[in-house]
Amino acid sequence: MRYAMVIDTKKCVGCSDCVVACQNENRVPIGYCRDWVIEHAKGTFPNVSIELRSERCNHCENSPCVRCCPTGASHYEDGGLVKVTRHECIGCGACVQSCPYDARYSHPDGFVDKCTFCHHRLQEGKLPSCVSVCPTECMYFGDLDDKESKVYQLLQNRNWKILAPEVGTKPHVYYLI
Amino acid sequence: MNKSRREFIKLSAIGAGGLVLANPLLNAMIGQVNAAEPMDASKIKRFPTYCEVCFWKCAGWVYTDEKGEIWKIEGNEDDPHSNGRFCPRGTGGLGMYNDPDRLKTPLMRVEENGKQTFKEVSWDKAFRFIAEKMNKIKEESGPESLALFKHGSGGAHFGKLFKAFGSKNITAPSYAQCRGPREVGFNTTFGSNINSPEPVDLENTKCLVLIGNHIGENMHNSHVQEMSKAIDRGATIITVDPRLSTAASKSKYWLPIKPATDIALLLAWMNVIVSEELYDKKYIEQYAYGLEDLQAHVADKTPEWAEKITSISADVIRQTAREMAFHAPATLIHPGRHVTWYGDDTQRLRAMAMLNALLGSWGRKGGFYFPEKAKVPSYPHPGYPPVNWTWKDHLDGTYALAGSSIANVFVDMSHPDNESDYKIKGWFVVGTNLISTIPDTQRTLEAIQNLDLLVVVDTMPMEITGYADIILPECTYLERYDDMRVSPNRFPNVAVRVPAVKPKYLSKPSDWIVRKLAKKLKLSKHFNYESYGEVIDWQLKQMGSSLAEMKEKGVLKMERKTPMFIDEDDYHEFGTSTGMIELYSLDLEMEGFDPIPNYTPHPEPPQGFYRLNYGRAPMHTFGRTANNPNLNELMSENCLWVNPFVAADNNLENGQEVWLKNQDGVVSDFPIKVRVTERIGKDNVYMVHGFGRANKKLKRSFGKGISDSQLITNVMVDPVMGGTGMRGNFVSFVTDKPESEVIS
Repeated sequence: MRYAMVIDTKKCVGCSDCVVACQNENRVPIGYCRDWVIEHAKGTFPNVSIELRSERCNHCENSPCVRCCPTGASHYEDGGLVKVTRHECIGCGACVQSCPYDARYSHPDGFVDKCTFCHHRLQEGKLPSCVSVCPTECMYFGDLDDKESKVYQLLQNRNWKILAPEVGTKPHVYYLI
Repeated sequence: MNKSRREFIKLSAIGAGGLVLANPLLNAMIGQVNAAEPMDASKIKRFPTYCEVCFWKCAGWVYTDEKGEIWKIEGNEDDPHSNGRFCPRGTGGLGMYNDPDRLKTPLMRVEENGKQTFKEVSWDKAFRFIAEKMNKIKEESGPESLALFKHGSGGAHFGKLFKAFGSKNITAPSYAQCRGPREVGFNTTFGSNINSPEPVDLENTKCLVLIGNHIGENMHNSHVQEMSKAIDRGATIITVDPRLSTAASKSKYWLPIKPATDIALLLAWMNVIVSEELYDKKYIEQYAYGLEDLQAHVADKTPEWAEKITSISADVIRQTAREMAFHAPATLIHPGRHVTWYGDDTQRLRAMAMLNALLGSWGRKGGFYFPEKAKVPSYPHPGYPPVNWTWKDHLDGTYALAGSSIANVFVDMSHPDNESDYKIKGWFVVGTNLISTIPDTQRTLEAIQNLDLLVVVDTMPMEITGYADIILPECTYLERYDDMRVSPNRFPNVAVRVPAVKPKYLSKPSDWIVRKLAKKLKLSKHFNYESYGEVIDWQLKQMGSSLAEMKEKGVLKMERKTPMFIDEDDYHEFGTSTGMIELYSLDLEMEGFDPIPNYTPHPEPPQGFYRLNYGRAPMHTFGRTANNPNLNELMSENCLWVNPFVAADNNLENGQEVWLKNQDGVVSDFPIKVRVTERIGKDNVYMVHGFGRANKKLKRSFGKGISDSQLITNVMVDPVMGGTGMRGNFVSFVTDKPESEVIS
């Protein structure tokens, strides 16, 4: 099993619903977030285009954050999830510095926090809250090892990219372009 | 990639960052639960609601945690407005409940040491004061001299109080300041209003045409969802907008039109469709009146003619017209929502309706469906007293085609310069911040000074509360029952709202406020219940359900009784005077207006000025969410979109703060950050509406960004229905801080 998220930039309207839903679901304190939205504009008026993208932890296969964690709090779980065990985290912030996607933040309660793909929801058979709230349904979540899965099919049939491929982290959040 | 997350989020909203993280200490104040505590799933409860953050009224579930505090709000999967997915505002609706700046107690204007101030008073004292003033107005000038301005669910309760008291002078800015021209434009063509939600069959459309309608930035939930599905299906989207809106960025054709020239484009499109005989011949022959008149009218409105006016090339006009015809009747020219732009808006919306008619999309799959609405019995109450006059008497036949009351006319009726016999002496303002919603704020303020009573009911200290004699704190939708949501849709349905938590502070639901005030006015017989839950339960039982059942379901769906589209084999009668689709409008002709729309040039910005355009951001509703802690954090201020050439001409840099000065010399209270972007052309600037809040009690949003309303002093009134056109205002940049300081 290999969990992956596939996000269709052609459909995202940048509304940031994913951000609010995640904050509520995971009780992320106001002022912090586990996911965020960016806009890139290209060209000159009127030949201009934009890409809107919801970003988060990429649950990388080769995660610098897991490698640099001195206590083992940052670790892999089934399906390739990258998680932080809060009571093992000493809040040193090495992982925050190491992440090329700037996906981690130091929680005011003294540990480092980030996207878990809503692991607690996956265990209940639900989708991550960002995926299930998205009004445009531009986010897909599933098992890349399952060839019948929507995520697998989308990556087979559409053009896609990953963020910062040059850093060799092997991310598992894919963007349809 | 070395920017912080916070700046990244803001990028989508304002361009360059430089924004400060919220102070973690604030979190304790607004009741955010400690994330380190695990949640006890068995103690989680859910309550049905429909959202009140905007008018789309999506039905959903409010979840409370082990402490009984609101944890999250999610969509109800059976609801056709949300389909189980709330938009960011609905998801962040709990911020309305948690906002520490909420109105907490009734406040009365008093004079202390020669200075006016607000003093906390008991509900009882507030009611006694209001009842006394209302009775005095009634004695002196009749109950009709009291007017109600309302928006949202709370206003409905006050509407009943007004009718019981003897006034039908009830209005909402959502008509003449927003969608009114659309209702008249479509009604004069098809004999039907559009209403809300718009009955557009986006789900099946093959070609979607948006005229300045920025779906995706306006977060009309089900329409955003359906547009996304249309993108997935490969439907053609044609967007006409001077700015590369989000929708424009997803369109096959983006037509960056010269502002204020839309009618010329619409006429040229009709020219192509008529002259190339691309219209739906069978449909037009069967249902339409006035084709020959239209043919003659648009004969010289060629794409070449329109190119000179709109700056859209004749080729693109032809190509897009042909593409629309190719997909017809599954081509939808979306009527939009906020359409009070240039004062000839009814005619522009009529041109859009007529284009839909030519393509045969009204009452057809992929165009417009015929909505059905659930029938909900009225809770029994004694009849209302007759009234001696209404706003219509004041107008004496003017704006005869207006289907609803005109809020700006109510301001006129209250103004000292009103010489008619119909004078308004007191206002109730419920859930609408008139300072921002009605243009020409100065005139509104002059009317307010002329009142004997101003009662403001709101959840937040919006600017209008600062002018009140008495302020009544309404609790949020999460803390109250309200009327059921009964909206026309593909299937009739109702949704209930049940309180998930008790009202915070001393705030109260509007139905309670109305009942208690009615008692003081000796009108209790009209409000014969102890809790509004009783009213809903009674209604539901008449319909074969109950409140108890609805607490489990949230939404009740019913079967349709009539066809959703025109039955091709059956005769279809339209609600116009001819019973046909009127390409030539007899109603407009009778009232002395153009029976077929004409293009009239509008004034251009003077040298050094730029047209001020405004719109929405997906995470905000008007000005009411600017202070919401959850939504403020997504976008805490608006910014001014400026083309790079304009920025260079005016020595402006990205992120620089500027004040704006309009054509009448009005300077904005606050500065706004410049966003230099290629997404906008050189003749206009753009900002999101709802910022620049001027009440210091709104601690999070005070002075952040600019209020476009403040700069809209040139109001072009639609002669057909009284709507207030707001897009003919021009601004220049002021780079040094102006001398006058805002005092509030």
